[in-house]
This record gives sequence, C-alpha cells and structure tokens, in this order.
Amino acid sequence: MECTLYRLLTDDGAVSGAFGYWRGSGKLVLFRAKAIVLATGGVGKAWKITSNSWEYTGDGFAMALDAGADLIDMEMTQFHPTGMVWPTSVRGILVTEGVRGDGGTLKNNKGERFMFRYVPDFFRAETADTEQEADRWYEDKRNNRRTPDLLPRDEVARAINTEVKAGRGSPHGGVFLDIATRRSSDYIKRRLPSMYHQFMELADVDITTTAMEVGPTLHYIMGGVRVDADSAQSTVPGLFAAGEVAGGMHGSNRLGGNSLSDLLVFGRRAGLYAAEYAKRVARMPRVDDRQVETAATGMLAPFERPEGENPYAVHADLADTMHELVGIIRTRAELEEALTRIGRLRERAQRVGVKGSRVYNPGWHLALDLLTMLTVSEAVAMSALMRQESRGGHTRDDFPKPDPVWGKKNVVARRREGRLILTPEPLPELPSELRPLIGEDKPTGKIVLEPVAAASAKE
Amino acid sequence: MTDVRMKVWRGDATGGAFVDFTVPADEGMVVLDVVHRIQATHAPDLAVRWNCKAGKCGSCSAEINGHPKLMCMTRMNEFAPDEHITISPVKTFPVVKDLVTDVSFNYEKAKTVPPFKPKPKDPDGKRRMYQEDVERVQEFHKCIECFLCQDVCHVIRDHEENKQSFSGPRFFVRLAALEMHPLDANDRVELIRAKHGLGFCNITKCCTEVCPEDIHITDNAIIPLKERVVDDFYDPVRWFLRKLSGKKRS
Repeated sequence: MECTLYRLLTDDGAVSGAFGYWRGSGKLVLFRAKAIVLATGGVGKAWKITSNSWEYTGDGFAMALDAGADLIDMEMTQFHPTGMVWPTSVRGILVTEGVRGDGGTLKNNKGERFMFRYVPDFFRAETADTEQEADRWYEDKRNNRRTPDLLPRDEVARAINTEVKAGRGSPHGGVFLDIATRRSSDYIKRRLPSMYHQFMELADVDITTTAMEVGPTLHYIMGGVRVDADSAQSTVPGLFAAGEVAGGMHGSNRLGGNSLSDLLVFGRRAGLYAAEYAKRVARMPRVDDRQVETAATGMLAPFERPEGENPYAVHADLADTMHELVGIIRTRAELEEALTRIGRLRERAQRVGVKGSRVYNPGWHLALDLLTMLTVSEAVAMSALMRQESRGGHTRDDFPKPDPVWGKKNVVARRREGRLILTPEPLPELPSELRPLIGEDKPTGKIVLEPVAAASAKE
Repeated sequence: MTDVRMKVWRGDATGGAFVDFTVPADEGMVVLDVVHRIQATHAPDLAVRWNCKAGKCGSCSAEINGHPKLMCMTRMNEFAPDEHITISPVKTFPVVKDLVTDVSFNYEKAKTVPPFKPKPKDPDGKRRMYQEDVERVQEFHKCIECFLCQDVCHVIRDHEENKQSFSGPRFFVRLAALEMHPLDANDRVELIRAKHGLGFCNITKCCTEVCPEDIHITDNAIIPLKERVVDDFYDPVRWFLRKLSGKKRS
C-alpha cells in the first residue's frame, strides 16, 4: 500500500493519470484518472534542519510544475522558531507553540526574556511591553496584551537567529525555552504530556526542572500550487491541490493552527470539485504511452549506474546549501550562489547510482526524490531572488522592509520548454464581500490592528 | 566519535542473515540514526520504514537485541560501548525486505472493528460525559500503532494459525476505547469474544511491557474487556434467563 508517484500524465493539457512505483515491490504503477487531488505536503527535506518527515520531498510541487501548473510565492518558507537543537539526532523536531501558550518563555544565555526587544512596530499596539503585563496576559487576556513570546513565527525565528549570532545563545546554538521556573511540575505534565515525554526520552531533559534548548526549524511552505480559491483546481484542468502543497492560502506567513483548518476546508472542497469535474468530463482522457515510457526510463535510470554517485551524499550537500544560503535571512549574493550550487547538484543527481533490487530500496527512492527536491529548491531560490522585499517568511537582508508594490504581487513559477520561468503577477482582487473584514496592507499597522484587537478581546 | 558495531538482519521473504557494520556514532544518537548512517555510507538499499523520528508515527518498530522497540526512541547510550547491537525485523509479520515487514494483517483486523456510533442526544440537544469517563479512554488514544504489542504477543508471534481468530493487543486497546466510550451505542462484546479472540490472551502482560506509550494494555484494556465478556456471556444467571426466554444475547 506504500506508493510513491513520480509523474503526472496529461492529455491535451488536462490531467490523464499518474505514474509511480509501489515501495514494497518496486513495481511501476499507472493510474488513469480524470481528476487528481495533490495532498503531498511540503519540501522540508531539502533543508538541513526541519520539523518535517523524510517524505516531505516536494514531489507534489515538482509534479504539478512538470505537468504545466503554476506555483506561486515559493520564497515564502516558514521557519518554526522552536525546534529541538540537541542532541543532533533530534535537531529540528518540533517543540509546540503550546509551550509558550501555556506560560513558557524564551531566554538567552544571560537569562533575559529577549523577545521584548524584538517587537516590531506593526505589532506594538497589541503586544505587552513589560514582563509583568505579559505574565498577567496568561490569566487575564481581556485587560492585558499578548506576550511577545507569541509573536508570529517569522518574528520569533529571526529574533532567535539574531540572539544566537550575537553570542547570547545556548550551548548548542539555540536559545532557552523555560517553562520549568514558571509553572508547576504537575501543570506541565498535564498540559504538555507529549513535550515532557519527547524531551525526557530523546534528550534526557526534564522540562519540569530544566529549560529546553530550541532554535528555528524549517516547518512549512506558504507558497505552492496556484489554485482557484473555491474549487482548489490548479491551472491544469483536472489537477487539484489541497493543504501545504497548495499556495496562497496563508499569504506570506501561516499562523499556528491554520493548517488544520485549511486542510479540513480545502481538502473537502478539492475532493468535491474533483469529483464534480470528473463527472463532467465525458471521455476518459487518453494516456500517452510516450509520457509513460519517458517516466519509466527516468525512474529506472539510476539502476543503470550502480557505481554512480551516492544519492545520500548529494542530498546532504543540497540540505547544507539550502540551510546556509536560502535560510531565514537571505541576500542576493547568497541566493545566486545557491542557484549555482543547485545547478551543480543537479548534474550530480543525474549521475546518481543505485545498488540492489527495486524491492523497498531507499537508495532508489532518494535518487528519485532528489530530482523533485532540486526542482523545488531551484524554484524557492529563484523566487526568493525575484522578490526584492522582506515579508513574512521571506527576509532579504538587502531589502529589509516590506514594499507595498511587491505586496500586491505573487511570484509565479512555471515550467515552459523545460525551463523554469518566473514572473511577478498582480494579486487577484479581493472579493468585495471580504473587503470590510480585512484591513489595507499597511506595514504601519494602524488600520489592521483595530479589528485584530477587537477580535482578541472577544476570546 | 566512537565506532559502534551493529549486526543488521538483511534479507527478504525467502531468507536472510545478519550482516556486520561498523560505523561512527555521535553523542546523543538513537539506533535509527545509526541505521541511516549505515544506509548513507555502506548499504544504500538497506530497507527501513520510518517517518517522524520522534516516537509519534509508529513506523520504525524492530527488535533491538531481541527486544521489540522503536528504533527512533532507543538511544545508543543505553548500550555498553563495546556491545555488539543486533537489529532484526519484527517477527510477527512477514518480511518484505531487511527491517521492513508487511503489517497489513493489522489493517485487515482494523476493518472488522465496528466504528463509534453516537448515542442519542440528551433532551436539551446536548451530549454529556463525565471527566473520569473521558480520562479512562484517553489513555487508549495514545496508541501510535507501532504494533510492538502485536510483535511480542506469543499468541500470534509463534502461531501463524491463530491470526485468523485473534486480533491482538492493539485491537483490544482499540475495542476498549470504543466499548468504554461514554457516548458510544454499539455493543461489541460478543464480537470481542467470538471474532477478536479475547479468550486466547492469558494476560502475560508482554504487550504492556513493550508499549512505547506506556498504555496499560493488560490492566486497563484487556482485563476489563474480559470482565465484560464474562459478565455478558458466561454469567450463569444470564445464561439461564437466556435459555428460558429463548432469546439470543441482547
């Protein structure tokens, strides 16, 4: 039942099926379909430190791109501020925001609650400016403002990054997340049982007595396959996408918990509209044998090179490249360097070899996943190079502020004649019925803050 | 970095053998890290199923020095520095390749468990549960379906022929979660006796011992279910009343 898809097949521009392999047997498999829903998640495995599982290899993005679909805003990558940093074997595993929601606070190696120094103007009006107010907020949310520990993830991730670079980090290159001195042992065990368990088992750290060490970890891609907001259909007829693989839902910065509501709502919609679309299409699309043959040849090619390059080594180098050059803070020079390196890695990936049989062969799986990770990494780096501003999950050191002109644009990536083409395109107009609910996109925050403050007072 | 010596079982459904690997291990590594290092440096086709690497997905079950464990939650510093560590696939299920087994037995059994069926609402349109009832079933919901309890259960580990008529500890946890759910209206007691084979279990508690989520499988799931079966089915008074009325079990 474990199956990996490798290519989407098209007939006259519309979806006609998908081609892949069964992991267990290594047999190739062809699915004929009028409609396909992608729900493949993100691409965390292209980075060195990620909260994602190994299956987050960007195959949905790459398959959609190769089938002719548009990707939007691939530069919008979310680093969750609190991943485990030690021991190295657990580096990146998520430490839930709930720790801070239940009273945990971030501290540097001087014991300072440094987040108070990183409140941007945009959030100042709704954020506590003293430790006392922040602490009162946990008990009385109506009369106090939120703790800066719970600022959006990009703000907290950048703050941690800055603290560590300034030499105020924890011994293993993160910062401290302390709930031990702030809540009782019983409370911590009752509210955060899985975190207690995770640190105890994996790091020998008792979070009821000791601060955790945490640091940013690649967690989510806000960008993805461009879909129609109602039907979740991509620009390729019959191809639908829902969840992380779809783009646009979370703008430049997803808020905690919104992925769950996203996939519940748009997962259902994608399924409904895909079924409706399939019923409407009278004729079963033709499967093009040449597409199948090309895909099969590509999939089996690594077996022709048993002495070829080790896929694990190429993957490790890609993860280093993305971590160093397409991380939390980006610059033009580094992104260009990343693209050069990705080009070289692609050449190496073409020479990757696989030993053994097709039966459950992780080396083979990785050899194929490498190709999709490289495609998506290239799209992320190119999009990041194009967007000359800082916004949400995309921070350019050389363009440190949001730019209202860029604020009205999506960066669109398409594959045309084998090449990745990027174009900035205007955002779709906001439907008139939604306009009163959403403030203008003004970095000063004056207009947007009022409805937010009003909403939080109702909690 | 110190070198560790591993014996990893390699093979497929037709047979296999332990293969020795010596690889460097870093501080804080778990067994799964070492397996990954073996893949990256010695045996790229070494098959292992894994996913979250945080003890939450239940994919990387194996037998480490003969003990059923999650590879991602077994730390290398549990072993003596010069210890030769063996890793073999779980024994209860057929091998696909190396450390990967075919666990579809469990998915077939899962299909035979009747789902949750909500009771009617209270007259005011609400549903109510007592906190203690909620807490009782909460424990069962911690199950990550690693199937280590299935692996260690001698009823199916050593007796292939029992698999037909015995579902194993994982499913007694699932059945207990449903049976003890305060809002569930389905009655599964007869099914538990006749189809899931609860009577085969002779409460050796091996399942409880290996559970990585510390679910008290035997005490909190299996024994209470056995009591329900006995109450319902083997209670002499009820048996007699059934005879008299000619009715089947209600």
